[in-house]
Amino acid sequence: MTQVQTEKLQTLREAMQAARNDAHPESYLIGILHKVQEIFGYLPREMMDEVAQTLEIPTAHIWGVATFYHYFNLEPIGRYVVSVCMGTACYVKGAAGVLETLKKELGVEVGKTTSDGLFTLQEARCLGACGIAPVMMIGEKIYGQLDSKKTIDIINQYRKAAAEEKSAVGAEARRGKP
Amino acid sequence: MSDKQYKLTFCDGSGCLKNQAREFRRVFEEELQRQQLQQNVQMHLSGCLGMCGKGPILIVNPGYIMYGHLRLEDASEIVREHLVNGRPVSRLIIQEDHLYNRFFRIFGDSEFFGRQMRIALRNCGVIDPEKIDDYLAMRGYEALAKVLTEMTPQQVIEEVKKSGLRGRGGAGFPTGLKWEYTAKQSDPEKYVICNADEGDPGAFMDRSAIEGDPHTVLEGMIIGGYAIGSRQGIIYIRAEYPLAVQRLKKAIEDARREGFLGERILGTDFSFDIRICLGAGAFVCGEETALIYSIEGARGMPRPRPPYPSVSGLFGKPTLINNVETWANIPVIIIDGADWFSRIGTATSKGTKVFALAGKVRNTGLVETPMGTTLRDIVFGIGGGIPNGKKFKAVQTGGPSGGCLPEQYLDTQIDYESLAKAGSIMGSGGMIVIDEDSCMVRMARFFVEFTQDESCGKCTPCREGTKRMLEILTRITRGQGRPGDIEKLERLGTMIQKASLCGLGQSAPNPVLSTLRNFREEYEEHIHQKKCRSHECTALLTYVVQDNCVGCGACKRVCPVNAVSGNRKEKHTIDPKLCIKCGQCYDACKFNAIAKV
Ligand SMILES: Cc1cc2nc3c(=O)[nH]c(=O)nc-3n(C[C@H](O)[C@H](O)[C@H](O)COP(=O)(O)O)c2cc1C
Ligand code: FES
Repeated sequence: MTQVQTEKLQTLREAMQAARNDAHPESYLIGILHKVQEIFGYLPREMMDEVAQTLEIPTAHIWGVATFYHYFNLEPIGRYVVSVCMGTACYVKGAAGVLETLKKELGVEVGKTTSDGLFTLQEARCLGACGIAPVMMIGEKIYGQLDSKKTIDIINQYRKAAAEEKSAVGAEARRGKP
Repeated sequence: MSDKQYKLTFCDGSGCLKNQAREFRRVFEEELQRQQLQQNVQMHLSGCLGMCGKGPILIVNPGYIMYGHLRLEDASEIVREHLVNGRPVSRLIIQEDHLYNRFFRIFGDSEFFGRQMRIALRNCGVIDPEKIDDYLAMRGYEALAKVLTEMTPQQVIEEVKKSGLRGRGGAGFPTGLKWEYTAKQSDPEKYVICNADEGDPGAFMDRSAIEGDPHTVLEGMIIGGYAIGSRQGIIYIRAEYPLAVQRLKKAIEDARREGFLGERILGTDFSFDIRICLGAGAFVCGEETALIYSIEGARGMPRPRPPYPSVSGLFGKPTLINNVETWANIPVIIIDGADWFSRIGTATSKGTKVFALAGKVRNTGLVETPMGTTLRDIVFGIGGGIPNGKKFKAVQTGGPSGGCLPEQYLDTQIDYESLAKAGSIMGSGGMIVIDEDSCMVRMARFFVEFTQDESCGKCTPCREGTKRMLEILTRITRGQGRPGDIEKLERLGTMIQKASLCGLGQSAPNPVLSTLRNFREEYEEHIHQKKCRSHECTALLTYVVQDNCVGCGACKRVCPVNAVSGNRKEKHTIDPKLCIKCGQCYDACKFNAIAKV
């Protein structure tokens, strides 16, 4: 776990203690699950147990909630989450084509992560950028007016950035060793 | 923008038109010609300016001089005195400073904004949403001060009732009545909720309203809290809107610091605070009872009503729940008054409505117009019509709960009743324009796929019924439709409408039933002739090379399955048995020689 993650986990635990003392601890559950996902990218089993114990809510209930809402991931996700908007405006402007391109280019189905752990492909409902449909979101960045060429170009940019970062880290590590 | 000396804006709203606004404009133009001033002025038309009682209205810029109650004989005086001699005609000037006017002052002379009327969005794009001082400068929190110092809760409720405001979240329930019911409950613990779940996939009004002007929503909620006697408000907002959440958090902190939220607001006995709860991606959680379960940390599954939330809502307490846009209207109603507000709109629907205009239309974006504006005005006036020379096919309102309205309904006035009568709904404000390239069966299938996916699974008609509808629609688009499918869809649709537990199921068949009503022939073609006139259903189309093929071979090179054959410089052919209809040849051909039939 990184330093940042550890710190965030600490604040999360404090938030859970605060929630315990509220008249309605359960009303903080979804907010807490959001924080867990923010730290880990998904909801790890052990964390759900911890939330259950602290808030005194049955794990089964938490599991039920986690599976009901689309936003929660129950499996680890890739470094970049690629969400293709399948909202009405994007649909009318050809979002299905963008999704097909991505499935082919990344070689994964919706909801799955590429074997190199770089990309997770997801569908989204209206990203609120209907004016520049069709749209996809990578991380928190929105890309609009997509066609298949543009989509592939964008994916390649991310691949390149990741590769450069890796070689930079590698070089640093080598330099670090005497 | 131009070297024109004066910019003249004539109100072209229906109130002014009744008062001879067109005739006035004609006389005015004649007068300009007589004085040979046409070159010096630029003329605009605007949508309703909300001063229908004072029409016809003319605004002259620079200076933002507003003339009202104009009679035909006033035209020559304005032209002579104001435009020639530079002396505004003071006896005709009306002093109006409605809140939304500032927006119009800044953006009013562009084609897209000039025809709108911005009440809920009056500050969006005008102020810095992260600065409470900007909001205060726009008379922010003045309504709250007025309410706390001059009005009893009962008076506030009366004012909201009198304004005729109805819920903007979809159902259009009269807001004042809802406040009154909740206020009547004797339980001392009550809650106020702002519904910012915005589930319609193709709509972003609430998001923009919050991102552009978060304090308005807070102010509305605090006033609501005062009116019904609540101490705690909750904003339920989609997790997919991180920026909106961040701005709300900032706004809440700032409002607390300035004494508009928290204990003893503005030094009075009234205390109220607001908390944010995040949604987690479930459309059904926009439904009020499901939303309440979700805040309580449970699965968001609707329950039958009554009891309504106004009697038994969050934690079993009386709860007032309104949509973002509804809340955003409240401060204006308090400051400018119910009388002013209720002059805008139609007999049954007052005020304005925000629409998220998108799809196959030139100008996309948020549009706020008075109720009673026609669909044609929005799509072809503000929206600028269909791009690329394509033909208009339908406009979809109300998202997955709404319907598709064809050409003959374009002159429908937008209000709750007229849209319902035309076979769609007002909904929360999604408005998607569809052109001839879209297949209506697929469109219906798209929405049913959505509702089927979002059905919470609690009641059988919705859970199973939408699944069966989806199966039938899928097979029709794949060319496997059978005689009798249309009747089956109709039967299923009516059954789901009648038997479902909540609004999601009750409205899920609407996209299917409305397309069946308005575009039945497209369904019939799919089923009986195995034909899709929009060429969107790939299973129902064949690619053929036409005579203008020059034999360049581009199609042959891209075909992944070697279905194209032909010699260089000779017409090629596509073998339909091999073709997988990927469409690559169609895209590759530079001569438009490949056709879909
Ligand atoms: C399936 C379904 C989804 C809904 N989604 C929303 C929504 O996203 N936003 C909203 O304000 N109201 C939504 N509503 C309507 C709410 O149940 C409720 O009527 C509304 O929030 C009341 O506020 P209003 O009176 O200000 O419109 C939805 C209703 C149903 C049945
Ligand atoms: S429909 Fe895709 S951004 Fe709205």
